[in-house]
Amino acid sequence: MSGTRDIVITQTILDAKNINAWFGSVHAIRDISLPVEKNTVTAMIGPSGCGKSTFLRCLNRLHEEVAGARVEGQVLLSGEDIYGPGTDPVAIRRKIGMVFQKPNPFPSMSIFNNVAVGLRLAGMGNKALLAETVEKSLKQAALWNEVKDKLKAPGTSLSGGQQQRLCVARALAVNPPVLLMDEPTSALDPISTAKIEELLIELKKEVTVVIVTHNMQQAARISDRTAFFLLGELIEYDDTSRLFTNPRDKRTEDYITGRFG
Amino acid sequence: MVGLLIGCAILALFPLFSVFLYVCQQGLPGLHVNFFTSLPKPVGEVGGGMANAVLGSLILITLASLIGIPVGIATGVYLSEYGKTKLSMILRFCTELLAGVPSIIIGIFAYSLFVIPMGRFSSYAGGAALAVIMIPTVARTTEELLKLVPVHIREAGLALGISRWKVTLIIVLRGSLSGIMTGVMLGLARVTGETAPLLFTALGSQYWPRSLDQPIASLPVQIYTYAISPFEEWHQQAWTGALVLVLFVFILNLTTRMILKRHAPAKD
Ligand SMILES: Nc1ncnc2c1ncn2[C@@H]1O[C@H](COP(=O)(O)OP(=O)(O)OP(=O)(O)O)[C@@H](O)[C@H]1O
Ligand SMILES: [Mg+2]
Repeated sequence: MSGTRDIVITQTILDAKNINAWFGSVHAIRDISLPVEKNTVTAMIGPSGCGKSTFLRCLNRLHEEVAGARVEGQVLLSGEDIYGPGTDPVAIRRKIGMVFQKPNPFPSMSIFNNVAVGLRLAGMGNKALLAETVEKSLKQAALWNEVKDKLKAPGTSLSGGQQQRLCVARALAVNPPVLLMDEPTSALDPISTAKIEELLIELKKEVTVVIVTHNMQQAARISDRTAFFLLGELIEYDDTSRLFTNPRDKRTEDYITGRFG
Repeated sequence: MVGLLIGCAILALFPLFSVFLYVCQQGLPGLHVNFFTSLPKPVGEVGGGMANAVLGSLILITLASLIGIPVGIATGVYLSEYGKTKLSMILRFCTELLAGVPSIIIGIFAYSLFVIPMGRFSSYAGGAALAVIMIPTVARTTEELLKLVPVHIREAGLALGISRWKVTLIIVLRGSLSGIMTGVMLGLARVTGETAPLLFTALGSQYWPRSLDQPIASLPVQIYTYAISPFEEWHQQAWTGALVLVLFVFILNLTTRMILKRHAPAKD
């Protein structure tokens, strides 16, 4: 892969090195290396089935939770290998949050508890502080005004777009330095999508975001870097503006101009 | 055709209603406050009730729940969360087998396990026998309900940095609790009417329950004893006992359904 050659990365927060991933005997990710710069939004694009979700799930050790799945390689989070011997995946996932494609609030849990549960389990007992953090997270996710009067209502009673923002709030509540998002807006209407996009641009002051998207306009609008995946390989990784205007690889060009995918 | 179906449906309901009506008709005359407050009277004396048997049944059910619910739920959780191991295959097979074992056999089992070593019939033995009967129902319901919780909900928990067993306990199990309650209530309803296993274990008694390591009265056994007796007054008592038992099971079922309606699991 020639793509990363001349990107200037000043401070790498997440550094994937030679990641290979399998589902049983299916080799889904082939030797991908991808450094992610702190306080940026990095987009991952590529045709369906090319391994974007799988790669993303290697970054927070979620891939290994699938029966028969396996990962090889290194992912350095601020210099420390999350796959290093003796590393606890639970502790890792607390530092690398994730938002899924489909909104998945915890059933039969209130809006408040959905956001609070991560904090509670991480040991935050102080009720005032808990309420404060929940409010802050819901505000960050641009949901506070819509739910502040019904925090006790079930999370599943919200609309799809609201549920997705609730999931964003839930992920943000535990204050992870990195946030992974797998097509977070694919099920949402344009207004909810716009809200999440604004949120991401706002968020990157504090959080580093890696986002999978099928929507190239979205990648162009919100991301600083873009990675193009094809058949389990990383084809090109560059500044977003450059990747979209002046791709180096023919396959990238074909994909972004809509010739396949 | 529709007429035929309706006819069959009525035929199926007929036994239920006729049993209920008959039990009501026979049992209602004996249904006084006395029934719930006083001990049985000796033959020939009028009045008296089955208070000790009502209380005894409640005690036995409580004991059975204390053992059966945790064990049943734990088994169900294990089967659903770690369902692909060899141990769980065996466990699932055994649970299914257990569900089919006639309750009298379970009574004999509890007899040899508790009554013989302890040297006497006791509430413990009765509660244990009923617990064993309850476990398959509770385990099965728990397993089925936990399996309904989609993978992406579990992954949401894992991705939040919650350990697997806490995800199971706090998110998956808690989210299915109202459904699991149904299994528990149905198990309880089933166990409340069990007679055979109690004959070998709790035996029966004409007195108030005194201690858990003594024989204890229970409604089904009392009904049985009174029904096969040659005395007219005892037959009346047995009918009233039957009515109370039927009403108890009805109410248990109805409450379950109401709870279930109120907390219907969220659809995605
Ligand atoms: N649970 C699984 N078991 C076996 N193979 C899987 C599994 N999940 C994904 N795969 C395979 O791994 C490859 C990568 O899948 P992945 O979900 O990462 O693609 P993707 O780029 O996210 O696609 P999409 O854009 O449709 O979400 C695909 O070929 C897919 O068939
Ligand atoms: Mg995907």
